[in-house]
Amino acid sequence: MVEVVYPQEHGKTVRVELRDPYWAAFLAWMWPGAGHIYQRRYGKGLLFMVCILSIFIFGLWLGRGRVVYASFERGDFRWQYICQLGAGLVALPAIVQSVKTRDGGDPFLVLCERYPEGSGMGKSFRQIPPDVVDSGSGLPSRTYKDGFMAPPAGPIDQNEVDVLGMWHFEMKHMFEMGTLYCVIAGLLNLLAIYDAFTGPAILTAEQREKIEAKKKKKKGAVDAPDRAGDTSQRSGS
Amino acid sequence: MNELIEILPLANSLAKIWFALPLVIAISLVYGATRHEYMSDIVIQSYRSLIWVVGFMAIIFAIIFLAGFWN
Repeated sequence: MVEVVYPQEHGKTVRVELRDPYWAAFLAWMWPGAGHIYQRRYGKGLLFMVCILSIFIFGLWLGRGRVVYASFERGDFRWQYICQLGAGLVALPAIVQSVKTRDGGDPFLVLCERYPEGSGMGKSFRQIPPDVVDSGSGLPSRTYKDGFMAPPAGPIDQNEVDVLGMWHFEMKHMFEMGTLYCVIAGLLNLLAIYDAFTGPAILTAEQREKIEAKKKKKKGAVDAPDRAGDTSQRSGS
Repeated sequence: MNELIEILPLANSLAKIWFALPLVIAISLVYGATRHEYMSDIVIQSYRSLIWVVGFMAIIFAIIFLAGFWN
């Protein structure tokens, strides 16, 4: 059982019970706010949960379930996923999808299917209409499937039209916006994990005094030349 | 008049700036929560952070906007 005490002015103290900080940090990573709830800091736990998860889910919605995916291949090194992984369990399905589709397999939770057609500049990956997919007739022998949190199917080449390019084309700026939201959610959860592990960065009375003293010293240094200027003016007149 | 027509695309892209609002609120609240333990202190700190972030964004916006008139 670990407890942190922050002495405040007038003999007051702020006490934070961290219980098992390692376990709390792990829980905080797994599910934003869970570490704080384990520490019985319910208000903060709820605040972290609402803020971080809502940002993550909103981002995922903006990007139509495609902005969180794990791909570290040449031409599509998804560094954003490393940040998004900070949100914990909610980002983990991307790893499952990545493993599932590694050798050209179909992802879980298929969002749509695409025609890989044409070549060169005329190449396209249009979505197959849902009624064609439902009936099963008229489907090309080979389709690319977009999966929820799955990496883009097919080869990725910056000089060619590919599925990733189609995502950007179809979603416009929402793809980047969704990615940004999920990245920020992951990074914010790192702050929450730190808070669960070490407690909040509350200033103690001693630290406050030091800061105040520094401020006064600075102010004094600024005021002193002014006063010197005033006296010289007065003596001059 | 011509100058106004030139900045019309900017007005169109201004709608996108609303996407920053939920982010700024969430960031302010989470940052405030890492600096304090009690909800009243967290809210005060978050409000201050929000003003800082929005103010900083406004300054950057003003600089970029004015830079657009520089020829």
